[in-house]
Amino acid sequence: MSGERRIPNDESFARCGGRIRNSQFAIRNYLSLYAALWRNSVIREMSFKVSFLMWIVVEALWFVLQLSFIGVLYLHTESIGSWTKWQVVALVGTSHLIQQLFTALFLTNLTALSEHIRTGKLDFMLLLPVNTRFLVSFRQVDLGGFISAAGALGVIGYALHRLGHTPGVAQVAGFFLLVLVGILIHYSLMLMLSASSFWTVRAQGIVWGYYNLFNIARLPDEAFRGPFKAVFTFVLPMLLVSNVPVKLLVDKLGSPFEILLLVALAAIIFAASELLWRTALKRYTSASS
Amino acid sequence: MEKYWHVLNIGLQNTMVYRLNFLFRATFGLIPLIAIISVWRAIYEGKAGGQVASYGLSQMISYYLVITIVDALTAVTEDDWQIAADIKDGNISQFLLKPMDYLTYRLCLFGAGRIVYAVFAVVPTCAFIWLLRDNFILPPDAATACWFAVSVALTALLQFLFSFTLALLAFWVLEVATFIFIAFAFEYLAGGHLFPLDLLPPAVAGALDYTPFPYMLFFPVSVWLGRVTGDALWLGLLVQLLWVVAAYALARGVWNRGIKKYSAVGG
Repeated sequence: MSGERRIPNDESFARCGGRIRNSQFAIRNYLSLYAALWRNSVIREMSFKVSFLMWIVVEALWFVLQLSFIGVLYLHTESIGSWTKWQVVALVGTSHLIQQLFTALFLTNLTALSEHIRTGKLDFMLLLPVNTRFLVSFRQVDLGGFISAAGALGVIGYALHRLGHTPGVAQVAGFFLLVLVGILIHYSLMLMLSASSFWTVRAQGIVWGYYNLFNIARLPDEAFRGPFKAVFTFVLPMLLVSNVPVKLLVDKLGSPFEILLLVALAAIIFAASELLWRTALKRYTSASS
Repeated sequence: MEKYWHVLNIGLQNTMVYRLNFLFRATFGLIPLIAIISVWRAIYEGKAGGQVASYGLSQMISYYLVITIVDALTAVTEDDWQIAADIKDGNISQFLLKPMDYLTYRLCLFGAGRIVYAVFAVVPTCAFIWLLRDNFILPPDAATACWFAVSVALTALLQFLFSFTLALLAFWVLEVATFIFIAFAFEYLAGGHLFPLDLLPPAVAGALDYTPFPYMLFFPVSVWLGRVTGDALWLGLLVQLLWVVAAYALARGVWNRGIKKYSAVGG
């Protein structure tokens, strides 16, 4: 870096143009790299067809389980706070949608990180001429997650039908944007959790602890109060991640401030994850080998 | 018999390594518990009579707290994965040569794991129960508490044998993880983890009574809450015992067939 800075400045204009061309090249480069990773994942999944299908069954079963829980609750009550049955079904569906898209794109990659650190495989990734965070985050795609996500979309659609509610185009677009924001939050939080294995090598409990958090995301926010609600709204915004998009979709939003809060928290958490990631990489000393 | 005491001892020492892990697990496990209790509180607030299917708020909260206790004492966490891995990697070959019964060996390790877990989970769990002490119901009398203990012991055996048999599928299929998850999902609902089973429509609850699942969690919790008394208690305990015997026979049978199929990969 310092060597580069000492180059005489006459060519700065040309270099500037070069950098723009370079960054365009870089984006295309990363896109084609990601395409190759996708191809790889498809080939890998297709070589274990039965297990691929079985995992979809497992995910579907847990989804049905959550829905049946809601079904049984509403056998005995008309509403939780102001949430009616089909609104909660839409909420469970949205939570599942976000969770499955997150699983499809990131989960396996992030949980593998602690293993890469433990075995020293991360050395190899650091040496490749690619951004390491990119590689760590995107290496594998779990295609089954997309199929489960499609199921979740179906459930959300059916719930809207039962509510007799047709959301406008802007609502639907906003909903999907907020779903993306939700995935970003889950991704950043999970990256931070996984990066903790730079400090403690034994981090098996990560996924398990994370599922506990996911558990909250599918419950209506009105059921909570006090410090519990504050923590899971402002620190770990689990009570916003799927609640806010659903509220937008079914006209339940108290104020647009909620959307603002969700987006702002997503930005903060993403920045924090980048900061932690850089700090963690600096202290990486590789496994003894 | 003495050798199994050694196994238990080794198991205790081995699982002690994970004591911090257990403490975290028990503490973070409280998050979904708080969540579900909050949801029920919200539901009861909207209820005029303060009753949901014969459960008052205190009973409902206690139901989930007692589940946490029973779960800490009986839930199978790592054992099934380890058994499946032992079979897949060929580690069980040594048990075929040694004068040691694999099922008993595993049962000792399971017991050791539960003891250590319970010891470390007791602090966060009791602290949490103390916070909710106004809504926490104790067993109505000492006799009920004793029968609860008996039922929990049977539940632990049933849980273990169920997972053991399931893990033995590794003799026939390469990846048992999906089977374990599917079975776990069924047990989660049918055992009463999500909600008390008498909240289900009577026909469904009645049908579930003919499966072992209610006896894997719901039954001991009902005993604690004093919802099963008199003849129903005796009958329930008897049925639970019969399920344990049946599960044991099944586990032995599957093991014997599996061993014939076993080809010691890796060795």
